[in-house]
Amino acid sequence: MTLFRNVVFVAALAGLLSGILMTAMQSYATVPLILKAETFENAGGHDHGAPAEAAPAEAVAPDAHSHDAATPAHEHDEEGWAPADGFERFAYTALANIVTGIGFALILVAVSELAGGIANWRQGIFWGFAGFAVFTLAPGLGLPPELPAMPAADLATRQLWWIGTVAATAAGLGLIAFRGSLLFSLIGLGLIVVPHLIGAPQPDSHESPIPVDLHHQFVVAVTVTSLIFWVVLGAAAGIARSRISGTATSLRDSLA
Amino acid sequence: MTTASSVLGSAANSSSRVIQLALAALLGTFIVGFVGFSHMDAVHNAGHDYRHSMAFPCH
Repeated sequence: MTLFRNVVFVAALAGLLSGILMTAMQSYATVPLILKAETFENAGGHDHGAPAEAAPAEAVAPDAHSHDAATPAHEHDEEGWAPADGFERFAYTALANIVTGIGFALILVAVSELAGGIANWRQGIFWGFAGFAVFTLAPGLGLPPELPAMPAADLATRQLWWIGTVAATAAGLGLIAFRGSLLFSLIGLGLIVVPHLIGAPQPDSHESPIPVDLHHQFVVAVTVTSLIFWVVLGAAAGIARSRISGTATSLRDSLA
Repeated sequence: MTTASSVLGSAANSSSRVIQLALAALLGTFIVGFVGFSHMDAVHNAGHDYRHSMAFPCH
């Protein structure tokens, strides 16, 4: 299982680095917008019950949170455990970023290995673009990044469409990039387009308490941070892989 | 893809190679799926800001 172990090692390094970077970018670009949206969520009487009991003042300064008597009552009957605002909430976001960074890296490195492997950081950037197209761009066309309190269709149907779109786009890109025939390229293009002809599940009404410009800002922030995440992930995987395959080759040579 | 001849670890034959890569991809899919898609309340709440920031379908 040398190959498996090395893939995991490369993915862990690349995922750790890009996950930490992503956490920093999110703290600056996306999380403040989520906290701001939660103030509309709570004001609108929407009973989702966000994990944070974000009152307007806290949204501006999340660290200045205190669970005193002034905290307004919330419907928490159906909600399970949630991290406390401030550091704990940040820590879980960071953990999720790093863990899924490694998960995304495992997929990227394993798939690229089938195609010959990411030879260097420059090739890694192009693999990163592919990851961005598959996991952010394609599903984001039909299901743009949402803020809390925004109306949305049934969760399970949206998740199904998201997974189907990611799979079809990945397969389509793969056919175009690695089959080298016009017919397969056309089939690949078709696979990329079909999910959007089917269309993502949409809510009955798009009426939302969230201001349009706040949402627009969020869509841009999510898309740009994801792009940087994927490019860094791919480049880091390329660097880590060339280091490891270098030592692996020499080790094998010396043992042979 | 000219310099892609280097290999990432030895694999006895090509089918063992594909199996190992498939295992790695499956592990990655499982990790992303669990953090991004799990319907469990605790997992959802812990990853709430992450899910929104990565545009996973949430709520």
